[in-house]
Amino acid sequence: MLTIKNLHANVEDKNILKGLNLDVKPGEIHAIMGPNGAGKSTLGNVLSGREGYEVTGGDVTFDGKNLLEMETEERAREGLFLAFQYPVEIPGVSNLEFLKASVDAAREHRGEEPMDSVAFLKLAREKCKAVNLDQNFLKRGVNEGFSGGEKKRNEIMQMMMLEPKLCILDETDSGLDIDALQVVAEGVNSQRDPNRSFIVVTHYQRLLDYIVPDYVHVLADGKIVKSGGKELALELEEKGYGWIENGAA
Amino acid sequence: MSNVAKAVELHEFSEQAVSLASNTQQNSKTPWLADVREKGLATFKRMPFPTRKTEAWKYTSLRALSAENFHRPAQQFSIANAEALFEVEGLEALRVVFVNGEFNAELSSPELLSTSGLNIIQFADANESQQKTIKTHLANVSETERNLFTALNAGLIDNGLLITVDKKVRIERPVQLVHISSQQPENASVFARCLVVLEQQAELTLIEQFVSTHETLNTIFNQTSEFIIGDAAKLNHYRLHLEDESSIHLGGVYVDLNRDSQFESYQLALGGKVKRLDVLVNHNQPGSHCEMKGVYLPKHEQQVDFHTYIEHKAAHCTTDEVYRGIMADKSKAVFNGRIHIHPDAQKTLAELSNKNLLLSNQAEINTKPELEIYADDVRCAHGATVAQLDAKARFYLQSRGISRQEAEIMLSFGFINELLDAMPLVALRDKLRPLLAQQFTSNAALTRHLLDKALAGEGQAQGVEA
Repeated sequence: MLTIKNLHANVEDKNILKGLNLDVKPGEIHAIMGPNGAGKSTLGNVLSGREGYEVTGGDVTFDGKNLLEMETEERAREGLFLAFQYPVEIPGVSNLEFLKASVDAAREHRGEEPMDSVAFLKLAREKCKAVNLDQNFLKRGVNEGFSGGEKKRNEIMQMMMLEPKLCILDETDSGLDIDALQVVAEGVNSQRDPNRSFIVVTHYQRLLDYIVPDYVHVLADGKIVKSGGKELALELEEKGYGWIENGAA
Repeated sequence: MSNVAKAVELHEFSEQAVSLASNTQQNSKTPWLADVREKGLATFKRMPFPTRKTEAWKYTSLRALSAENFHRPAQQFSIANAEALFEVEGLEALRVVFVNGEFNAELSSPELLSTSGLNIIQFADANESQQKTIKTHLANVSETERNLFTALNAGLIDNGLLITVDKKVRIERPVQLVHISSQQPENASVFARCLVVLEQQAELTLIEQFVSTHETLNTIFNQTSEFIIGDAAKLNHYRLHLEDESSIHLGGVYVDLNRDSQFESYQLALGGKVKRLDVLVNHNQPGSHCEMKGVYLPKHEQQVDFHTYIEHKAAHCTTDEVYRGIMADKSKAVFNGRIHIHPDAQKTLAELSNKNLLLSNQAEINTKPELEIYADDVRCAHGATVAQLDAKARFYLQSRGISRQEAEIMLSFGFINELLDAMPLVALRDKLRPLLAQQFTSNAALTRHLLDKALAGEGQAQGVEA
């Protein structure tokens, strides 16, 4: 599904990713944990092709294709989805317009017809319900005036609409209380599928109680310094990141 | 050298204007308005022709005005399918249509004269009591000293339009006042006038709509409107400047608000060769409310210049003024908004916001919100912003598969969408949405999602249900 080889990336001329390797197979959930400043968010931004994130070395193959050569929108249409840590508010652009444009873009990329508006509305309402968002949100501006938890649920709702192959959750748990966290986790778990993979980026182990990963990686100073099973997360929770960073150095 | 030549030309402009005015005075259909014309012309003559050093005209060039323009428009015209230029499906409006400044009965609604409580009449046809109304109000609100073209308009008033609504009458159907401009055999000028008088507790919705055939226009158009809104009366107003980009318009809206009266106004201006609009609102008596929402969208090398003046002369009045502009390509806009709180205007609440979006490095906006406060117990705020498209928002849309182009159009449209959505006349909003979206692109594939009626309609129905 996704193979990252020796990835190096700069942000504003500062070297953030320093030789990152990762291999994600279909259906797998990988958690990436690490201390602040390790490059966790940079990874998501680099993979989705954000301006200002410059790849200086390495390869990323997504479903057999060279990911790094694609524009941001092309990556999305190929099935890459980034759930943002801080989803942006866009007043004046309604959630419905935005979602329809997204869904149609992916469908047309696959050679399908744009979705019928009535069928689309039905689906959108269904998914709204699934993440416990008031249907009113659909006609409001994208994330406009949403609370932190509502924004995160909106991300998961978009994910459900777009049915991507690979979802990167960038600190989706940050700023969520337990109730909201459970809703988000349920949404993610409902999307688990033998053909869909997840990269869950988080600072805290708590999220992994709800979204149980197959692998846990520790990202420190731009590299994966340790990998293990889900029990590694518990060990990190107990001991902190210090022992690994020191070990790596 | 060229400066000297220009100076001569401008002088000729004024000379021609004065000669047209004296011609109007001699052959007028409304001899009883001779005083108004004389006064207007005298003011015009007193006022120096603006240069780049004139503060109120600093950023708007008048080079496009020429002395050649002072011909009367040719009266024979035939515009194929004229209704399509202004028709708004589902609006059910009472239409009053002028073509190149002349009333056109064929295109206007036949039932204009039969709506009870509403009187719509041309000055030349006014009866004695209507003449009295006109003489009482005409050119009083418009304070001609503020703008020489308003003074000139007063000097050239011949056959304007009077609209009155009787006491306590609420007119359900909107009145749609349409001005169509077409290309002229010779450069021409049209000076049009509208006077609206709402008596106590009356209510009217008035749409002033300016359209043109898609030929190149060679007319200077000046339409000046005065609204006298009586005690507890309300005017719902729309001023839509949708003419071709070759248009020249120097017009204005002048409003007198009396006790507890309301003026709610939506203004929209596409760009032109010269497009200058002055809006003056006088809060004359306590308790009046003014709400104005404006949008300007120049592109190519067009320009738009909005000057607004809100005069708070009485206590307990409120103003909420929001203007937004999007400047594309090499276009240029001016927004100058002034709120003036006079010493007696205690307990005033006034807000002015002007936000601008520049879509190109060569586009220009000159914004100047001004507050002048002489009362000590008021709450006022003003602010202006100038920005480019938000890169974070664009990335967010792109990260969901939306192309960069479509993302930029959605964001641009989103910038003004809020003001459009605030319009109470749904039929008009539905007409304007595609028209405005087309300002950003002619590629329908890029606007189809924001124009998807099923989504807009259902989304709203859903909201009600929830």
